[in-house]
Amino acid sequence: MSATDILDLSGAQAAAAIGAGTLSARELFDAYLVRARGDELNCFTWLAEQAPDDAAIAAGSAGPLKAVPLAVKDLFCTEGVPSQSGSRILEGYRPPYTATAVARLKDAGAALLGKTNQDEFAMGSSNENSAFGPVRNPWDRERVPGGSSGGSAAAVAAGLAPWALGTDTGGSIRQPAALCGIVGCKPTYGAISRYGMIAFASSLDQAGPLTRDVTDAALLLRHMVGRDPRDATSLEWVGEVALPRAERLDGVRLGVPRELTGEGIEGGVRDAFQATLARAEELGAQVRDVALAHAPHALSAYYVLAPAEASSNLARFDGVRYGLRAPEAHDLLDMYTRTRHDGFGAEVKRRIMLGTYALSAGYYDAYYGRAQRVRTKIAQDFAAAFAEVDLIVTPTSPTVAFRLGEKTRDPWAMYLNDFCTVPMSLAGIPAISIPCGLSGGLPVGFQIAGPPFSESRLLDAAHALERAIGFDGSPARARGAGAASESAP
Amino acid sequence: MARLARLALSEEEVELMAGELSAVLDHIARIGELDLDSVPPTAHVVDVTGALRPDEPRESLPREVALAQAPAVSNDGFLVPSPQA
Repeated sequence: MSATDILDLSGAQAAAAIGAGTLSARELFDAYLVRARGDELNCFTWLAEQAPDDAAIAAGSAGPLKAVPLAVKDLFCTEGVPSQSGSRILEGYRPPYTATAVARLKDAGAALLGKTNQDEFAMGSSNENSAFGPVRNPWDRERVPGGSSGGSAAAVAAGLAPWALGTDTGGSIRQPAALCGIVGCKPTYGAISRYGMIAFASSLDQAGPLTRDVTDAALLLRHMVGRDPRDATSLEWVGEVALPRAERLDGVRLGVPRELTGEGIEGGVRDAFQATLARAEELGAQVRDVALAHAPHALSAYYVLAPAEASSNLARFDGVRYGLRAPEAHDLLDMYTRTRHDGFGAEVKRRIMLGTYALSAGYYDAYYGRAQRVRTKIAQDFAAAFAEVDLIVTPTSPTVAFRLGEKTRDPWAMYLNDFCTVPMSLAGIPAISIPCGLSGGLPVGFQIAGPPFSESRLLDAAHALERAIGFDGSPARARGAGAASESAP
Repeated sequence: MARLARLALSEEEVELMAGELSAVLDHIARIGELDLDSVPPTAHVVDVTGALRPDEPRESLPREVALAQAPAVSNDGFLVPSPQA
């Protein structure tokens, strides 16, 4: 197989070719390593030095993922490999253990290709908050890839990795997937263990796949889900995640919430969304309106709850046990405050301050307490809507990829990127983003959400739509290649 | 607030952040308009009860591994500046 042919394969196709003996796992890994080394988008914070040795390739090939290379977001702990969560405060940190999600994929045969750039501690929607510099969008390098899993999304879109792992707290898998024209899935809260994920907001954080197509997303999910004794909030998964086969949507009731599809959604995004609804109807779906009355308040509730949890989670970065320590402190408190001043970036400091404020005596009830009640209303809205429809659909992001620097001066303008994705996070329900077309030459994402543990239905619907849409991601792979495209083996 | 959060911030940082956070809090304040008195709060979205593991002793991380990433170590422990220098 030529290098170009190899790079045209999805993850599942590459695994099948290795299984059939028509492709060598080493050849595949080397082809991606050459691509990733030529990365001009700043997707990676660490890359494997070489392909795994013969024994590791053989062990990987024996599993269902056939030693196919995997890119992993920096915030997943990987034993002996830098895991820095995009932060200066963890620069050079090499954890003594591996996150369960990564360990399970490794057990299924995946081979670690590299760690991907991200917004610091997953706080951001543009990947501009990374201590390791911004990631660029392969569709237009002057634009952001989205965030916080921006490195994972850009790497898959640019063909620098066949597939990748990300995390989603308020949209951090779905939004970058949308902006980069790939598939991103946030499963039900609790479906995948959070053990070894460097925490942002523990009641919201979920791991999930970023992939070229829906089948790849299902395949990675299959090998990650299930209860883990090391995460008390993880849940048993009944059966096995099915690979999607649906080609039609006959009888599927799709709900369109006016609150998330009207005001604030850019014209080109709305057009692509409407065209996809029409396509869904052609495939047999029934499209109807549903109400999510409290969804417009989701962003406010989220920007209380997530920073509150973050301010508590990030208390562990104190310069004592790992990472950065500010030099020449005159006492312990001075060491703490200066270490945190030097180690955290501006957005992380903003959220720590916001969270500390929301949790402080006198303000707790007005902010944190009220936000928790809004969360209840949002979950109730979804439950009521799912009594009337099978799935809820919205645009993934209100806009296409925006220019680097365009929104960095106005935090709330940046937070508005999460408008359509945050409600599902607060309700803990699964949602997937698939590319549904272009607006001004940039990808638009279509979000499908379902009740807890409806992943199989979700993936089937996404698969049927994906086939009908026939989105072409190859321009990003051609443009994203950088210098490596000429020097592929 | 910065002291509570154990963050050293310069005068300029405090000024900039105060402006930014006030703007964010203005947006957030809209949840004050909702009638939520009879609504129970949600701390955790999935129903998990009694997720306890058996209380069995297990090996912990070896001391040298736990200390390997520390900025300063002394006598098999983490070394920190005195709390009252």
